[in-house]
Amino acid sequence: MPIVVKNLSFTYMEKSPYEKKALDDVSIQIDEGEFLAVIGHTGSGKSTFIQHLNGLIKLKNGNIKVFDIDLNAKKPDLRRLRCEVGMVFQYPEYQLFDETVAKDVGFGPRNMKLSTEEVDRRVRKAIELVGLDYDEVAERSPFELSGGQKRRVAIAGVIAMEPKVLVLDEPIAGLDPRGKNEIMKLIIRLKNTISPTIIMVSHDMDNVARYATRVAVFENAKLLYSLPPDELFANSGELSRIGLDVPVAVKLANALRAKGVDIKSAITPESLVEEILRVKGGNNA
Amino acid sequence: MQSVGNNIAVCYNKKMQIIELRNVSYEYPIDSENGIMALDNVSLSIEEGQFVVLCGANGSGKSTLAKLLNGLILPTKGSVFVYGANTVTQDDSDIYKIRSKVGMVFQNPDNQMIASIIEDDIAFGPENLGVPREEIIKRVEWALSVVGMSAMRKHTPFKLSGGQKQRIAIAAVLAMRPSVLVFDESTAMLDPKGRAEVMQVIHSLNKEQNITVIHITHHMEECIGADRVIVMKEGRLVFDDKPEVLFRQYDFAKDCKLELPVIAYITHLLGQRGIVMPEVQTEEEFAEALCRLL
Repeated sequence: MPIVVKNLSFTYMEKSPYEKKALDDVSIQIDEGEFLAVIGHTGSGKSTFIQHLNGLIKLKNGNIKVFDIDLNAKKPDLRRLRCEVGMVFQYPEYQLFDETVAKDVGFGPRNMKLSTEEVDRRVRKAIELVGLDYDEVAERSPFELSGGQKRRVAIAGVIAMEPKVLVLDEPIAGLDPRGKNEIMKLIIRLKNTISPTIIMVSHDMDNVARYATRVAVFENAKLLYSLPPDELFANSGELSRIGLDVPVAVKLANALRAKGVDIKSAITPESLVEEILRVKGGNNA
Repeated sequence: MQSVGNNIAVCYNKKMQIIELRNVSYEYPIDSENGIMALDNVSLSIEEGQFVVLCGANGSGKSTLAKLLNGLILPTKGSVFVYGANTVTQDDSDIYKIRSKVGMVFQNPDNQMIASIIEDDIAFGPENLGVPREEIIKRVEWALSVVGMSAMRKHTPFKLSGGQKQRIAIAAVLAMRPSVLVFDESTAMLDPKGRAEVMQVIHSLNKEQNITVIHITHHMEECIGADRVIVMKEGRLVFDDKPEVLFRQYDFAKDCKLELPVIAYITHLLGQRGIVMPEVQTEEEFAEALCRLL
């Protein structure tokens, strides 16, 4: 079942001098199995949008239906909504709080009132899914771990609730390159096991090009585009106009095309290299 | 010539060595017997006016090195000299002078804001140094203009964007009139726009104010335009040369867990497939060089 958002608008501090329109008539349907990247400047409405998806911001204008949960209903089942849509905030490691890793990861499932056995099973599964050794870390304080490990524990705490949809707000911000690769691989692993639908806010266009099945572009509270990455980045002039970056491979393909080289669309380094070799093969033939 | 402390080794070379590390090791204590060797016998010197990028994986010793540069931590072996003065000193006034010469800007701008009005925040440093009021006013004006934030002086820092906040944090350090600025992953938490803003300010500080810059980062694109790149690996200094030399060494960089700029990666992939590219840094250069090979 999909997530359906229709005509969603939201204004912060309405009718005050600080009034700010954060979302303006946004409509989108997100289907099961998608990897939706959400891009846009700071302040463009990305975070306000994703916070609506699990009811962290109360819906005021428009319609949202997450699976069969209608957020326009008089009393929507927010508890179930938050189990279905897991939210990993920016710098989630700052939210770790409990004495041990196992207790911290178990906080969500315990609140779901699951049996002790089920909580334990989920905690072990979540810790192992994020690539940590359960026996090694379970009884340690989360604060003793390295930065990258802490972030994994924080993510484990969300996926222990086994959400169908995983929403991540800049999950690779502030990590070193190895940490970034590991977290991106982890997200793909989660998509293939627990959470088939991924919604990821990111500024990293190279990763967006590599992993997303569709990209939603926010600008000034509006959803400007929602397109597959190759179609979106093919129109790189438009993205530049609104001041957003494009993947380096796209820039290089554009620069080559400007010099008369017949390069077709390429959005990742690997696909660009294949294109270059194809052109070279044609020239030599 | 600026001097620090009483035990100054005055240096008359044209290019002055501002910072020198001699065989420096640093061990973080775990308990009374064991420790973690964060820095292992590192020697290097940094000259006045240089733009140095310091990189390496998490845990490679970059931040430890940064903290040694103004005596926030002291070496367990070896010595660190700032303008010829040893950071290990019995005289507290020496260490204060060293800290006023070597300023630090950290990762999270929110942790570096103190006052609720921007100009008060900038004045905090010089006030603590006992600078006279008239001089503080001049410094605040100057520091804000250098980072391009003069118009915001009466505003609160808390509603600014990340890039603007980080520029305020830089101005606050500048008001103490340092000769060296250490940026410890100061761009890591910023979005691309904020990062570009801050990098522009850092470059102008180096070129126009002749401030020596030590910039710690994971973004290898930020090496472009630096005089020198130092790479740390497992507490050791493993590379110290120009950025373009590093960009050619794909396997070495990978071994140090660095992620080279995407252009360098694509150049590497092409090399593996038999298209050997010359040294290129920009998209334009790439396209030109490749056209000649096709």
